[in-house]
Amino acid sequence: MSSTTNSPTHHTSTIGAIGAPSRRNTELMLLVFAVAIPVFAYANVGLAINDEVPTGLLGYGLGLGLLAGVGHLVVRRFAPYSDPLMLPLATLLNGLGLVVIWRLDQSERLQLSSTYVEASPRQLLNSAIGVALFVVVVIFLKDHRVLQRYTYISMVTALVLLLLPLVPGLGANIFGAKIWIRIPGLGTIQPGEFAKIVIVVFFAGYLMVKRDALALASRRFMGLYLPRGRDLGPILIVWAVSILILVFETDLGTSLLFFGMFVIMLYVATERTSWIVFGLLMSAAGAVGVASFQPHVQQRVQAWLDPMKEYQLSQQGIIGHSEQSMEALWAFGSGGTLGTGLGQGNSDLIGFAANSDFILATFGEELGLAGVMAILLLFGLIVERGIRTALAARDPFGKLLAAGLSGAFALQVFVVAGGVLGLIPLTGMTLPFVAYGGSSVIANWALIGILLRISDTARRPAPTPAANPDAEMTQVVRP
Amino acid sequence: MNKPLRRIALFCGFLILTLLIRDNWLQYVKADTLKTDTKNRRISIERYATPRGNIIVDGKAITGSVATEGTDFKYKRTWKDGEMWAPVTGYASQAVGATQLENLEDGILTGNDDRLFFRNTLDMVTGKKKEGGQVVTTLNAAAQKAAFEGLGNKKGAVAAIDPSTGAILALASTPSYDPGTFAGISSKDGETFTKLDKNKDKPMLNRALRETYPPGSTFKVVTAAAALENGKVNGIDERTDTPDPYRLPQSTYDLTNEHGACENATLRDALEVSCNTVFANLSDQVGNEKMIEQADKFGFNEAELDIPVRAAESVYPKDNRPQNALSGIGQASTRATPLQMAMVSSAIANGGKLMKPYMVDQLRASNLDTIETHEPEELSQAVSGETAQALQGMMETVVKTGTGTKAQIPGATVGGKTGTAQHGLKNSEKPYAWFISYAKLSDGSSPVAVAVVVEDGSANRDDISGGGLAAPIARDVMKAVIDSKK
Repeated sequence: MSSTTNSPTHHTSTIGAIGAPSRRNTELMLLVFAVAIPVFAYANVGLAINDEVPTGLLGYGLGLGLLAGVGHLVVRRFAPYSDPLMLPLATLLNGLGLVVIWRLDQSERLQLSSTYVEASPRQLLNSAIGVALFVVVVIFLKDHRVLQRYTYISMVTALVLLLLPLVPGLGANIFGAKIWIRIPGLGTIQPGEFAKIVIVVFFAGYLMVKRDALALASRRFMGLYLPRGRDLGPILIVWAVSILILVFETDLGTSLLFFGMFVIMLYVATERTSWIVFGLLMSAAGAVGVASFQPHVQQRVQAWLDPMKEYQLSQQGIIGHSEQSMEALWAFGSGGTLGTGLGQGNSDLIGFAANSDFILATFGEELGLAGVMAILLLFGLIVERGIRTALAARDPFGKLLAAGLSGAFALQVFVVAGGVLGLIPLTGMTLPFVAYGGSSVIANWALIGILLRISDTARRPAPTPAANPDAEMTQVVRP
Repeated sequence: MNKPLRRIALFCGFLILTLLIRDNWLQYVKADTLKTDTKNRRISIERYATPRGNIIVDGKAITGSVATEGTDFKYKRTWKDGEMWAPVTGYASQAVGATQLENLEDGILTGNDDRLFFRNTLDMVTGKKKEGGQVVTTLNAAAQKAAFEGLGNKKGAVAAIDPSTGAILALASTPSYDPGTFAGISSKDGETFTKLDKNKDKPMLNRALRETYPPGSTFKVVTAAAALENGKVNGIDERTDTPDPYRLPQSTYDLTNEHGACENATLRDALEVSCNTVFANLSDQVGNEKMIEQADKFGFNEAELDIPVRAAESVYPKDNRPQNALSGIGQASTRATPLQMAMVSSAIANGGKLMKPYMVDQLRASNLDTIETHEPEELSQAVSGETAQALQGMMETVVKTGTGTKAQIPGATVGGKTGTAQHGLKNSEKPYAWFISYAKLSDGSSPVAVAVVVEDGSANRDDISGGGLAAPIARDVMKAVIDSKK
């Protein structure tokens, strides 16, 4: 199945072995499943709701197949040694997300709501744009180390993106969180989703330069290596920015994501546990501090602790309370082990944001415990393949970049799914690939593109010594 | 950098694992709790997604379903003669939920019962729409009508039982309500419900099952049973040793009678004219413990009597001597539901054997296949056959020549007992009129036992008596049952 050319050993070691199989045929096989499963799911929804195979099935199947096919061909041509799992995983999640968004479009209950828009065609367009961006990344980003040049530009870009929603006239306050900007003619964009990637680039570049200073210049105190005061500077700045986001944009999720991501990368770069301790202490202090005076955050915590009370308050018509959390819990519970079957649940009772922030609840009700576990494991696989890419990467910048992107992805999945499942307070973030939201889909396709590029570089057969003796020397010296 | 990376990999795995555990907690451990949460709208959506199965009386549906316009609820419950049947069916409202049979047999009526699982799966394969099953009741439409119309504008309740099986034949309560007036989801439905709920006449109270009254003189039958069973009297026609007035033990209170010759009266005569003194004295002689024992055998002090709707607990209390003497004439703290008193009467009519009352005969699938049939069940041997014969003799005298002559039915032997129960502070409120009875046919079989209570029939309290107000209703109910057997 695999296009083994010159190596009989199929198991690849951590550092990409010379002459590793490209695994592109494996990817193609997996892609067939990744397209077929959502197509069957789509037919299933149509049969359940209207008793007929939906007329859009062919278009949908061809569309998804085309996106997957283009992605695959581009990867085969431009990143032949890249990870074979990520593209199929992303395609499958994106496809299933589209199916569920389309299923929620069919809901009579949601159609009566004033905020109803037919979301699935837009999401299909967004996915196409996302795959296009993915293709652009894979083709034009020949080597991820190029990004290292843009370390400080990335920082500025990220800050601008993060602060854009606060610009008067541009920012849009949607249901309490100010994380959108409105561009006339284009609709709303969530710049935070893009900032996520850009800021990882900055962290990776910055930490690669400063890691030795941060790791070695420290005093030992109670078994922990305390960093020097001046080395604390950058971590304090990132902390301050995430607190600012929390206070002014009232966005718990993004704030947590950025800070968590930074701590993860700091730890990878310095190998110092003390940074984790610092990180946890600072985020705890920040969260408690902000929660003590920010009513929006306080209310989210209250709703998390007692969703039933929140539900009753909203039923009494008290403004600012939402029945969604409780409705989501009921959806999960009503789905049980195997779920009601696609198209046969009542997760649309969640109402607003049923197809974005709360989309996991529809999976929970209609595909049951089995379906949600499968989805979560798919996310887990993407994350672990990403970290495996980081392990395989041969340059520190690539390692940090892959670790940061995977960590951000993992945190985002945890924060969103945990919020909907009632494990942690709810935050306004979207489940990557699955939830309705253009910015999220597009940004995550770009993220996968970068990870594929890093893994391609990592697994590509090492250049012959003659071609670049200096590089080979460097590789040998590095532990 | 690989060591921290491996740890980060573990950490990310841990994050996913936490999510998986939480999901298992929600969708496996807590699934049933969440699924059956009454606030979970899916329950009502499911309940009204298909035409609801019907509740059947005498082979005819007393309920129905109509299609509605709403997106959530496709069908709405309807009732035929809702006011008359409400104490039997309860309500099934989109706005406020369901009660009684509509609630308890919801699984069958919606078609979601586990016992229908195989059938539903089969239907799914063959592409048939799921349909609700039927609940076939034991009720007798003619008897229910007689009971409901007999009560008319009066406040009260009727319970009628088939003594040989325990099947409930009539279960009426007035004032009643029409469950159809708030079956929908509109704000009007909600308002109607609130108005009914707050009405001080309590139309939604199922008096036949859920309200307990002092049973008054009707309880003397139980005291007579206890005296006979415990050998405190030698025969129903032997003179008792009872002063008139009778001073309550350990007390200076003299108990008197409403009517004539009660001094040393025989048991038969005492029941015929309802002597308080004789039965209070007998209750004292039997003693509190034995009185409780006898009452328990008739079904008193049972907190969980499900028919399948749960009946309120009827009470014969543990008490001191003077109170026990008063309890023996159905006053003091003795409380009974109309159903309980019908059970007393039915046990006597059935040779002392008390059958467990029930009102659901069969549960059927939508294609009329029987899923479950109720088998009559003996609750206890309340009194011996001999005692039952003796009690029947006395109760028949009451109807033949005593306080219950209005219950006579040509062609049938009727035994009964009247009661006029005092209540309120110093008996200031209008008394309750009671009548319990049974009818026997010429072949010796007894098709019906009934208990009637009327809370306040007329403005004039002197007119309120079991014999005058309640007995004619009991007669009509019994006659309706006998006629429908022919």
